[in-house]
Amino acid sequence: MPVSVDNSQIIYDALKSVGVELMSALPETWLVHLVRMGEDDPDMKLVRLNKEEEGVGVSAGAHFAGTKSVMLMQNHGFLASVNGIVSLAQLYRIPLLMLISYRGHMGERDPWQTEGGLSTEPILQSMGIPYHLLSDPAKVEKEIREAQTLAESSMRPVALLLTRDLMWED
Amino acid sequence: MKRADALEAIYDDLKTKLVVTNMGAVAVELYNLGHQPGFFYMEHSMGLASSAGLGLALCLPGRKIVVLDGDASVLMNLGTLSTMARYSPHNLTHVIFDNESLLSVGGFPSATSTGTNLALVAKGAGVKNTGLYSDIEGFQGAYDEAANRDELSVLVAKVKAVGPTSFAMDIGLLENRFEFARHIKDLRSE
Repeated sequence: MPVSVDNSQIIYDALKSVGVELMSALPETWLVHLVRMGEDDPDMKLVRLNKEEEGVGVSAGAHFAGTKSVMLMQNHGFLASVNGIVSLAQLYRIPLLMLISYRGHMGERDPWQTEGGLSTEPILQSMGIPYHLLSDPAKVEKEIREAQTLAESSMRPVALLLTRDLMWED
Repeated sequence: MKRADALEAIYDDLKTKLVVTNMGAVAVELYNLGHQPGFFYMEHSMGLASSAGLGLALCLPGRKIVVLDGDASVLMNLGTLSTMARYSPHNLTHVIFDNESLLSVGGFPSATSTGTNLALVAKGAGVKNTGLYSDIEGFQGAYDEAANRDELSVLVAKVKAVGPTSFAMDIGLLENRFEFARHIKDLRSE
């Protein structure tokens, strides 16, 4: 499976370096290594979800408990979480770091991913969620640190879209 | 049994816990018994009170967390029972007040009115300690056991479809949220 182990490790290390101790996730091809890294790390609470929206609640609870968390999901999982993000994270000002695999964008071969790819950025924009595309492994650590900083200071959701360039090795 | 009476029966214990409620009547009725800094009323995002309780329970293993939920909210996020069972936090009690109705929005019947048994759903999801109670004594006894048990419990209390006469609460959403977070911070620094 040509998902980049090296870049997954860079992402995982960056999450650890900003103090993330809880990771909620739903398996998705591009995220397999990240989920496994969370699983193998005794200091990481990995919460495997049935539906991504649950992760908004889990992250809210973690935040109240003083624990930094990240939601790891595909962009279709983000779409499935929209109400939770609006009516919990935004309404109650929960810092919410979201790492979203950006399927259905340039280079996507799976036809079923393409509609979600089209709507991801417009929906993030309409919700007023700041986001960056993560493509360059050299910038991952800085981008994750800055996203986490903004989520904490603004007390709002912040998204990082994991692109094909970063996650996939053809 | 009336939900307000069931809440009153367990209120003394709830005061000592971290409590997350779902939206609507449950929140108001708990608030009317006397607000505590450890009570968080999740006034939207139906279905996620239990998920927030799970996050709290996993991150605060030394504290008992109680979620006060409703049938329609749980039906909206049935997967939560399976996720809770998967991690089975020893310090989480999930109470579901089942009035078989979306009472706060006009009283339309929920799917528990046509046969869905949430205690059996929880059991099937893998929760060991579950039960369905239709009188105060039974519910209170089950709650006391759950409160003293070092294991996940999901208790379904069958209640009448009656709610408070007013939904007014003199506490802002963010006021409640920040007070709750501050309270936990203070507890952690004790």
